[in-house]
Amino acid sequence: MQVSMTVNGEPVAEEIEGRLLLVHFLRDQLRLTGTHWGCDTSNCGTCVVWLDGEPVKSCTVLAAMAGGKQVRTVEGLETDGVLDPIQQGFMECHGLQCGFCTPGMLMTARALLDRTPNPSEHQIREAISGQICRCTGYATIVRSVQWASENRIAEREAEREAERAATRTTDREPEVAS
Amino acid sequence: MQVPAPFEYERATSVDHAIGLLERLGDSARLIAGGHSLLPMMKLRLVNLEYVIDINDLHGELGYIRFTPDEVRIGALTRHRELLESDELAGIFPIFRDAERVIADPVVRNRGTLGGSLCQADPSEDLSAVCTTLDASCVIRSATGERVVSMNQFHRGPYETAVGDDEMLLEIRIPVRSGGSSAYEKVERRAGDWAVTSCGAAVWMDDGKIVDARVGLAAVGPNTTGIPEISALLRGRAPSEEQYAQAGAIAARSCSPTTDMRGTAEYKRHLADELTRRTLRRAVARIAQAPRPGGL
Repeated sequence: MQVSMTVNGEPVAEEIEGRLLLVHFLRDQLRLTGTHWGCDTSNCGTCVVWLDGEPVKSCTVLAAMAGGKQVRTVEGLETDGVLDPIQQGFMECHGLQCGFCTPGMLMTARALLDRTPNPSEHQIREAISGQICRCTGYATIVRSVQWASENRIAEREAEREAERAATRTTDREPEVAS
Repeated sequence: MQVPAPFEYERATSVDHAIGLLERLGDSARLIAGGHSLLPMMKLRLVNLEYVIDINDLHGELGYIRFTPDEVRIGALTRHRELLESDELAGIFPIFRDAERVIADPVVRNRGTLGGSLCQADPSEDLSAVCTTLDASCVIRSATGERVVSMNQFHRGPYETAVGDDEMLLEIRIPVRSGGSSAYEKVERRAGDWAVTSCGAAVWMDDGKIVDARVGLAAVGPNTTGIPEISALLRGRAPSEEQYAQAGAIAARSCSPTTDMRGTAEYKRHLADELTRRTLRRAVARIAQAPRPGGL
């Protein structure tokens, strides 16, 4: 059967078998191997991608079910060579050791921060409770998400400050003009 | 690598379309919603189908929680996350939020649905116990019409429900009665696991006395069952620790757990007893805390 969807903003159309799982479609057919394939039983969470903005375990979704929808994978996090704050956080706080769980952790954590910009440690641990880190490096993963949360706040404050500065300039302009 | 056996994929564009496909394809077809029960079974080749009918596009039609004074109606495609996050549902039936917090994990809850959980009819499944506790009924539609069945009639046995090959579960209806509240508790080995034992309780009170009480257990027998003997015991009595202890003892002897990797039968009976006491106690405490005239 023919399936078409948008993956990381790019339209794709491929011939697939109805039984093909989304994780294999992404990895084997599109060669987007950033999404990892782990337990195959929706327990480990390393295959998490976004389907229409929601994190899902792609080992338990048919590629056909993603037809017509927006898929975002770990490859879609960075923009123009700039890491997403969540990726930066994992880098700063040693959020990965072997790296196997990382794509799922990143996608789940980024979705958490979009809904809850300042999560508590408990909320972070709950959000990643469907992900298994085989290195057991949860403490640094939690710290990495916290780093991203704090630095996203910093980013937004910088943006707001810039806006305020712009407003002040605008306010002053008439005086200058007169 | 686990891959389902080959099948044809169909996507339903409306409830009528889905039912039309089921009517035409018969027992060689099944509906797929969240897919987190069906796909694992297909991967293990415990289920082999010729056709899989994807109904996720019907979420607009079947994903809802509607409130009337007498009844809460929940569409079969309402996802776990939606049930968890509905403050209004938690206000009327706190048992839903208690249960949804411990069903699978947040990512799985983005996909799984109420209707899918009930139709899977797994004896360890939590929402079947919740719906049994709340005396819910299920709206089932075929090409010839709609019928409404109680949870007892709906849940026929492990992995078996009243929904026929050419029928579809559309809605779950839960009666709202005044002066009540509810609670759910599950013991699991780790976050997101199936229950070792779980228990739901709902209590309705008037003037300090229990008007009605219902207890539903999961994972301690072939079926998710309500326990009528507990209802009979508690009706007309003032709630007390002694009543909870008696109800717990009834729960422990009414269930039929088996020893498996999650625990011994003896331990599960102990849990049935303890969780019955705890959930009844909490349901009663919630009635006292937040009296909601007209609400459960």
